[in-house]
Amino acid sequence: MAVKVVIPTPLRPYAGKQDSVTVEARTVAEALHALTGRFGELRVHLFAEDGRLRSFVNVYVNDEDIRYLQKEATPIREGDTISIVPSIAGGS
Amino acid sequence: MTLRIREDAARRIRAHAAETYPDECCGALLGRGEEAREILAVFPLRNRQERSPRNRFLLAAEDVRRAERAAREQSLELLGWYHSHPDHPPRPSEYDREQATWPWFSYVIVAIERGRPGQMTSWRLAEDRSRFLPEEIEVSSAQPAD
Repeated sequence: MAVKVVIPTPLRPYAGKQDSVTVEARTVAEALHALTGRFGELRVHLFAEDGRLRSFVNVYVNDEDIRYLQKEATPIREGDTISIVPSIAGGS
Repeated sequence: MTLRIREDAARRIRAHAAETYPDECCGALLGRGEEAREILAVFPLRNRQERSPRNRFLLAAEDVRRAERAAREQSLELLGWYHSHPDHPPRPSEYDREQATWPWFSYVIVAIERGRPGQMTSWRLAEDRSRFLPEEIEVSSAQPAD
């Protein structure tokens, strides 16, 4: 399935300055793998060394958070849009 | 790297820090520019860290989406985040670094000691994610109305 991945502004420098990229994928995991396969510099800013999505990275399919669907196994349908939204944390 | 910040935006950050003291405050920085960027407005948010808000802050993805919407509505960009360090220097902690998201964002930290806001600093995560690099802050006056 062709799926549009919206690239948030902070990640556009690593994705050829594009604001969205279309990839072929059947699941969210495949889409992210295809995305970072095409744009290798994105990988370290989305995935930790153990290969898991960094804890602050939230992924939406259309308007639904994948945590409430099937996480990275969430299936993709033609015309779906994937968004990447960080959560922000820190402290003294 | 220099971060320009409008005087009223800086004042609003300090006021937010005073309002939530002794807990950390947090919010979004809205403005324009990429390398030469200017913060023109702030979007205060509620610290969702319930266990230890005195030294931790947390913004959920839906808060970030709200901040993105607020930026769009004002024809601005979401440039980064601010938070306060109550009774602690305005320097990124190791926890700040571990939790940092992406190098593109500016991270503003305001110190607040015994309820009084003090020094404000700004930082960008290095590309290799190993440390924060300081951004010099330049406070700019609002443009006079015509």
